[in-house]
Amino acid sequence: MKFLQRSYIFLIFLLLYVPILVLIVFSFNEAGSLAEFSGFSTVWYEELFNDDEALTSLCNSLLLAVSSSVIATIIGTFASLGLHRMRSKWLKGAINTVTNIPMMNPDIVTGVSMMLLFVALAGFLGSQNLFGFGTMLIAHVTFNLPYVILSVLPRFKQLDTSMSEAAQDLGCTPSQAFFKVELPEIVPGIVSGLMLSFTMSLDDFVISHFVSSPDFQTLPLYVYNQTAHNVKFSMYALSALIVVVILVILLIVNFAGSFNRKTIAKGGAK
Amino acid sequence: MNKSSIFQKLAAVPHMVWTVMFIVFPMIFVLFFAFTDDKGQFSFENISSLAQYGHVFVLSIAFALIATVVCLLIGYPLAYFMSKQSPRAQKILMVLVMLPMWCNLLIRTYALMALLDNGGLLNSLLESLGFDKLSIVGTNFGVILGMIYDFLPYMVLPIFTAMTKLDPKYIEASHDLGCNSWQTMTKVVMPLTASGVISGITMVFVPSISTFYISQKLGAGKIDLVGDTIERLFQNPSTYNVGAVISLVMMILIIISVTVMNRFSDDKQSPTKGNGGGFMP
Amino acid sequence: MKRIASVLTAILLIILPVMLTACSEITASESVTLYVYNWGEYISDGSEGCLDSNAAFEEWYYQTYGVKVTVNYSTFSSNESLYAKLSSGSVSYDIVVPSDYMIQRLIAEDLLAPLNYENIPNITNILPEFWGEDSQHSEYDPGNIYSVPYLYGMIGIIYNTTMVAEDDPNIGSWKLMWDEKHAGNILQFNNSRDAFGSAQYLLGIDVNTDDEAQWRAALDKLKEQKPILQGYVMDEIYNKMENGSAGIAAYYAGDYLAMYENNQDLEFYYPEEGTNLYVDAMCIPASSKNKLIAERYIDFMLTEEPAIANAEYTYYASPNRVVVENEEYIEYMSEIKDDAYEKMYDTDSVMTSTYKNLSGEKLALINQLWEELKSNIEISTGIYVICGIIIAVLVFLGAYFGIRKKIRNNY
Repeated sequence: MKFLQRSYIFLIFLLLYVPILVLIVFSFNEAGSLAEFSGFSTVWYEELFNDDEALTSLCNSLLLAVSSSVIATIIGTFASLGLHRMRSKWLKGAINTVTNIPMMNPDIVTGVSMMLLFVALAGFLGSQNLFGFGTMLIAHVTFNLPYVILSVLPRFKQLDTSMSEAAQDLGCTPSQAFFKVELPEIVPGIVSGLMLSFTMSLDDFVISHFVSSPDFQTLPLYVYNQTAHNVKFSMYALSALIVVVILVILLIVNFAGSFNRKTIAKGGAK
Repeated sequence: MNKSSIFQKLAAVPHMVWTVMFIVFPMIFVLFFAFTDDKGQFSFENISSLAQYGHVFVLSIAFALIATVVCLLIGYPLAYFMSKQSPRAQKILMVLVMLPMWCNLLIRTYALMALLDNGGLLNSLLESLGFDKLSIVGTNFGVILGMIYDFLPYMVLPIFTAMTKLDPKYIEASHDLGCNSWQTMTKVVMPLTASGVISGITMVFVPSISTFYISQKLGAGKIDLVGDTIERLFQNPSTYNVGAVISLVMMILIIISVTVMNRFSDDKQSPTKGNGGGFMP
Repeated sequence: MKRIASVLTAILLIILPVMLTACSEITASESVTLYVYNWGEYISDGSEGCLDSNAAFEEWYYQTYGVKVTVNYSTFSSNESLYAKLSSGSVSYDIVVPSDYMIQRLIAEDLLAPLNYENIPNITNILPEFWGEDSQHSEYDPGNIYSVPYLYGMIGIIYNTTMVAEDDPNIGSWKLMWDEKHAGNILQFNNSRDAFGSAQYLLGIDVNTDDEAQWRAALDKLKEQKPILQGYVMDEIYNKMENGSAGIAAYYAGDYLAMYENNQDLEFYYPEEGTNLYVDAMCIPASSKNKLIAERYIDFMLTEEPAIANAEYTYYASPNRVVVENEEYIEYMSEIKDDAYEKMYDTDSVMTSTYKNLSGEKLALINQLWEELKSNIEISTGIYVICGIIIAVLVFLGAYFGIRKKIRNNY
């Protein structure tokens, strides 16, 4: 029975990983073909590191992911504080519902709705170059916000309010009490919110696809453009690198503690 | 007594402003575009042009439904068997489930397409072994396969999480009370992991129904789903309006199905939601 | 949790400085950006030792005028998507390279800027057939005000000789693309004008017809073709034809040679019913902010080195005197394939016609018909049956649990 279970697990994971493994193996294929392996070579990796477009989009991706996750974390953390202290149940519910719209909605709807807003705005301002880093940043912050709130708000709920009260009784102002007593308690929530939105932003293709311009291309957009044309084999090298980097990060993070993304995001953690 | 400063009361204001500007307004624009023509005049014409896309909607729903069910049928036993492994193995398996989720979807889809294409590795292998070629790319089967391949981890992970949170004492208790393993499975394990199943279903169904990259690559541009239609219509300013209507309809469809799904999970049996105390009425 | 936090901070601390230094190198250099929007695979990009035309321009410009210019090069895959981008007004480009009929449309809609030929002295390199009075050029750009020809070519049919028999009676005709024998192996254009064009040539209809019924007839022909197609693709065609994933496709002649280079099983012909002759020309959109640099870019592309490099890279026919008179270029072409030069340049022996811009009403019609074609989906009964079973099971489960819950609640 144990054997059957293990073979089932093995089989499914094998099927899940075959395309990725083929990709990695063939990224070392000298011939630049997927059909036959002609010889080991790192020529595609060299080409990748000489490809300015790929490197620029990697930079853009990181830049966007860092800035959007930081902004989203700041806004989201304060929002969680405010929501936590909010008395009006109705307002709280309304804000929560609206915040969660980008999470509920399919990405493509979020993407086109943002695009319509920016198109209308561009028409209103008569501006030609509205699309670019700015629009991407706004879109990414927007879809990151619910994830930040989802990881920070529960931390506020777990706070022991008597601590803050004690601090205030001892002479702290409410804001001092917040920064000195409550904030350290919620830092883990903030960190996981930050990392969550960092990875969401790094990974996003669909929403970026609708609000981007050639001015500012991220890595997923670069991959999309590549696969729509005559695919350069350096794309395989790039993909292989991405897989390996993610594997390393996952191993580090997972064996340093448990941190998972989608269950916090959409699963039960309410 | 909890005194809060003005600062704390106003902490949510930037967020409120942000959501109104970049979540509420865009939604209003979708509504506005859906009910106007390309000159900004109020019109129901877009709604009537929906009829043309009836088949596209049916096909998308059908594909998403099939992909979700197959993911559940494959993923549930997988998650269950995974939870039976040693803690160390579980951790490694967990990483293996999460790795594809974190890798970009485009890369995985393209890798799958390159593998399955008529001239790809699979077919050259089959040919050299003397079998017939399999045409997968450009067929319905190919698109559904792509969805299953891409979204299976999203089904496995929440179910697996629910499984690991399941207290083994319940299973022991059910055995002690005379349940056989099938009964334990249907009466104890399944109800207790229902919430994981529900979130797994939503996480597979929603991206499946709205995808356009999978159908573009594995359907070779021939099998147009709702996502492809929206993407194409939003490439051309003169068709924004029809695109907005289709987006609106899809949004409503998804809200309805998610709400229905959540009703199923509303019973208080789920251990991940409550404290696990009242698992049987 | 603390451990995670420290690990993550460590990761961030490593990533951030690397990233910031790397990125500042790329973005910090103060320069003017020139936005070029061209077809995919349509400029010499420096691979395999050829000239990188854009980099060469940047260097040349810096040497000549002392100003750093960065070329932001992006690509489109059809005239229609170029038009959509330009007319949406959300992004501005400095150089675009549409085909003849699209230039006509862009001129009609005031989306192009007139060129100042004082900045384009090398315009004299263009052969008189392609630019100037009485040339083909003045048909789509009367007065030769807005555009400078880049490359030209014809549409033909590419087939794989291992999949299509040598004596197939349909070789030489558009009928090959409608042949049910090859179901699942045929690729059609994924843009409305070229796809409709293929059906119109097959039916013997004028590609610029004003008659709605004729457009509908072409649509019916395309609908008839859809079930036997593998797909509608544009530049994905390279990989699919090269690795033998598909056997028959209509595409642009120059691209055939690029594919032939990687797969010698591919053959090519111009259909006897007639085919499309197109000229792609460089234009400057009215919204361009760097018109002077853009004009110098156009001029640079007309000079010998980049013009030959681009023609050699793309294999398209060049309207440029310095290219077609260059011995090395002619030799280069014949090395690829014996008849490559004739195939690309001998337009007289092929029955051709050009696309013309259509009235707004007809353009809307084509859009509508294209949507009809794309959304025309046959759903097989198998899918209905599977879904029926799934829904039945779901309803059953829902009802079962619902009733059970109710009974329990009654206790």
